[in-house]
Amino acid sequence: MTSDASAAAAEPPAGSEQRLPPVTQLGMTSLALVVAGGIYLAAHIPNSVSLAPAIALLAASVLLLAGNLLALARTPGFAWGRFFEVAKWALLAYAVIGGMIEYAFVRDHLSGGPLVVLTMLLVVWVVHVPVLIAFTVARYATPVSAADPAH
Amino acid sequence: MADVTVSAATASAVPAAPAGAVAGAPAAPPGAVQRPDFQIVPRAGLPIVAVVLALLIAAIAANKLWPLEFFHVVGGATWTIVDLFLGFVLGPIIGRMSIPARVELTTRLMPKMVLIMPTAVTVTLAAGWQLASYLGTVQSSYALHGWVVASYIVVGVMSVIALGLLEPANIAVLFELKKPQPNPAVIERLMKRFIYCAAITGTMQIATLVIMTKLASG
Repeated sequence: MTSDASAAAAEPPAGSEQRLPPVTQLGMTSLALVVAGGIYLAAHIPNSVSLAPAIALLAASVLLLAGNLLALARTPGFAWGRFFEVAKWALLAYAVIGGMIEYAFVRDHLSGGPLVVLTMLLVVWVVHVPVLIAFTVARYATPVSAADPAH
Repeated sequence: MADVTVSAATASAVPAAPAGAVAGAPAAPPGAVQRPDFQIVPRAGLPIVAVVLALLIAAIAANKLWPLEFFHVVGGATWTIVDLFLGFVLGPIIGRMSIPARVELTTRLMPKMVLIMPTAVTVTLAAGWQLASYLGTVQSSYALHGWVVASYIVVGVMSVIALGLLEPANIAVLFELKKPQPNPAVIERLMKRFIYCAAITGTMQIATLVIMTKLASG
């Protein structure tokens, strides 16, 4: 995850930060919903429990994730090169961490509906954390084309 | 690779450092700060992380009390100590340091945090969950189940703050420092965010200590 000179040279001058959607706020809300869903299910082990609240939290979290990506996609001049450069490595790291958590679930013989919902909550978590990391890095960079008309 | 200079002219929150404040920076312009070259993710540390995670998987697979307890206690102690130290000891000190000193500390400290914190958190939570399964404390029939759920909530809030604010700030400040002309105002803002988040999670770690000692005492 090292920066290359061409992308780094395209940083905006101090104080010229572009107007961006509230990606961090929405992302943290989405993560909070994922965590709440996980806590709800974990707190009822091994009793059978209604999955409806966890599914509702999951659906809301997925909507926030989709909304976040959509809002970001519509942002003009966003440094997508830097965003994807960071996101791919962060996704790899958090996929490993998520895989370990999933392994612990399966190791403890979790199955059926709770396993499916927890896995989907985990997937949202694994995707949204790299989005937040990559966004925070990319917001302080600008695309090469925006900084240098020659590119 | 050559070191990089950081202009202090745009940093308004703290006074600019005197020229020549950092040894080995004779060519830097007045008000500029030299920072050492660094890797955003220290590659030398990756094999250590891989070994730790492999041992953690082995501990979970073996499902024995001692290895699970070892990983949970060591990971939890690391997580707690780092949060408390950064938030309440190092944070206030960094706030009073000159820009050159702050930049040098940041370039040496933050890459290590990129590896240490996610590893400590993963080890603590994965080993903790398996340990609780082994001991039966995750069962809703457990006498202190309310305390266990409280620990889920505390850890959940800490994880949202750490993953949503702290970790992105950590990575972003390193990318900013990698630029040929890092912006001190951006570094200042991101470091403040990092230290404040560490202070909040450090405070919540005290709640974790209360809960964990209660669970251990029965």
